[in-house]
Amino acid sequence: MEVIVNGLKAHAATGSRDLNADEPAVILVHGAGLDRTVWQLQTRNIAYMGRRAYAVDLPGHGRSKGKALNSIEEMADWIPAFMDAAGIDKAKLIGHSMGSFVTLEAAERYPDRVESLCLMGISDSMPVHPDLLAAAERNERLAPELIIYWGLGEKAKVGGHPHPGLWVHNASQILFENAADGVLFNDLAACNVYTGAVAAAGNVKCETLFILGKDDMMTPARKASPLADAMGNAKTTVIEKCGHMMLLERPNQVHDALKGFV
Amino acid sequence: MVKPNFAKFDTLALHAGQQPDPTTGARAVPIYQTTSYVFDDTDHAASLYNLERPGHIYTRLSNPTTAVLEERVAALEGGVGAVATASGMAALFLAVATLMDKGGHIVASGSLYGGSHNLFTYTLPRFGIETTFVNPRDPQAFKDAIRPETRLVFGETLGNPGIEVMNLPVIAEIAHEAGVPLMIDATFTTPYLINVFDYGVDIAMHSLTKFMGGHGTAIGGVVVDSGRFDWEASGKFPTLTEPYAGYHGLDFAEEFGTQAFVMRARAEGMKDFGACLSPTNAFYILQGIETLPLRMQKHVANAEAVAEFLDGCDEVAWVNYPSLKSHPDHELAKDLLPKGAGSILSFGIQGGREAGRKFIESVNLASHLANIGDAKTLVIHPGSTTHQQMSPADLESAGIGEGMIRLSVGIEDVADIIADLKQALRVSQKG
Repeated sequence: MEVIVNGLKAHAATGSRDLNADEPAVILVHGAGLDRTVWQLQTRNIAYMGRRAYAVDLPGHGRSKGKALNSIEEMADWIPAFMDAAGIDKAKLIGHSMGSFVTLEAAERYPDRVESLCLMGISDSMPVHPDLLAAAERNERLAPELIIYWGLGEKAKVGGHPHPGLWVHNASQILFENAADGVLFNDLAACNVYTGAVAAAGNVKCETLFILGKDDMMTPARKASPLADAMGNAKTTVIEKCGHMMLLERPNQVHDALKGFV
Repeated sequence: MVKPNFAKFDTLALHAGQQPDPTTGARAVPIYQTTSYVFDDTDHAASLYNLERPGHIYTRLSNPTTAVLEERVAALEGGVGAVATASGMAALFLAVATLMDKGGHIVASGSLYGGSHNLFTYTLPRFGIETTFVNPRDPQAFKDAIRPETRLVFGETLGNPGIEVMNLPVIAEIAHEAGVPLMIDATFTTPYLINVFDYGVDIAMHSLTKFMGGHGTAIGGVVVDSGRFDWEASGKFPTLTEPYAGYHGLDFAEEFGTQAFVMRARAEGMKDFGACLSPTNAFYILQGIETLPLRMQKHVANAEAVAEFLDGCDEVAWVNYPSLKSHPDHELAKDLLPKGAGSILSFGIQGGREAGRKFIESVNLASHLANIGDAKTLVIHPGSTTHQQMSPADLESAGIGEGMIRLSVGIEDVADIIADLKQALRVSQKG
């Protein structure tokens, strides 16, 4: 589906299911340099649970027009603008990696628009390795390679994926490579400088679920604790033998964790 | 500077796609000889059928043993995913049927495996799909043959049996300028000798029966998706970019992005056409892939020695093998195939068809049969067997003369192979 947000075309996958205004809305926000299709093993499932699923392409990503937004705060402000354009009053927000910062910040800024929050692959901060940042700035293939190297759990690097025939290593790599030049760097830089996560978590009052990968080297599970502690009543699910790219790596475990939330 | 340390080709050939069996701890890939899989509950069943969740339903669609093979080939090829099929021909048909409807058009190299040539020439036209064949060495001919309704450019890394080296980067650029994908049959080279996706190819296919399996024990095929072709931007592939009523309006590119092609191929093609690989054959082929790097090294080394030998024989009129300096594509082969140009070569015997007949009937170690890529040396006369359905004009345009012999050099001791060829050549020249 497409809507106009701030004068620009914004795109979201809906699981290829017709949207029903009477059903609860769920908005899924992707990570740095990615797009809606990183949720390919979740969107359709959530939609067919009887939800309005919107796996958005942030501006400058996937099929959404415009330049990539420069900061987590700007991206967070885009979420209610998208909701306005899509006719969504209130939604459950699910974010992964950079998208988890975006949804966390949005939940703090717009509490009346956020019913509940699911934060996946998140930590209290996301300092980006200088070599990765430099490679992304030069639009080098090395940048996605480093993300895959650090981002996939050891199990996923070997394979044996539940989705028959899917080689998750390359599926992830190509997804990053598809981003327009500069987008991955923009997003990583935004993550690198964002320092508001713990403060935002302290102000979020809605129901929150953390889904973390036990073997996540990019956002280690233990580094989500300050956020959960700041919230007080958040729930946490840690997926075993799983890295940062949990959506693609361990879709069935993500499904189980999300079932009650959605 | 940090550098990622991913598993290399030889390691992937042994491990990719498999975790030790969680129930039994079995290290080898188990043969899941089952037709179907128990669902957790009705919701689980419904979600699998509706492509909401990953998993197995019925072995025609997917199977755990076959899935290891698919993932392993995708890993070796550098693709996002793969679908294994009952044969290489099934893989080719699956790809064509996934990409186009009646009215579609293909531009193909004229130097193809006879079965592929037959499919394009005689069978697909019955379904409204036409093919224009062009000289694989003439990129301009590919460009000139592309029409508004063209949906695929197709060729082989090494032509069969002409052993022409396809100029992949150039042909890929021509295809992409026209908004269509380049699909390559890489059976002759395997991903060990060339990763075709590194040269702009969008879809790869293999007859797994050949070098990948490598032991002449199982028929199989596979189609691999590079994930790099932008179906939406092309605008020519409604099967991938428009709602599909077969799955309640599922738009494959919208939902699955880089895996749109391989998802549709499985969801529609395996479901409706049903050319699935048996799990036991998948197992046999996996055993072969475990030693693919070692075998390909020996295949290439032996083929180079045999080509040099034949090139020096008075009984041999010509030898067609890209590693020879006399081959028209020698320089291109050095660029694209630095590890070697495979182990298929063709040659002509002095004395034409009759001498060829005597040669084939005189070999002892080499086996006269319709296959290539076995660990054992194989020999055939294409004009009367694999390519016999082709018209004389098509044979000529494919460079298949009456006296052409195709040799698939095996991994026996090369001295034994050469000794066998030497005695058969001697017999071929006797009155």
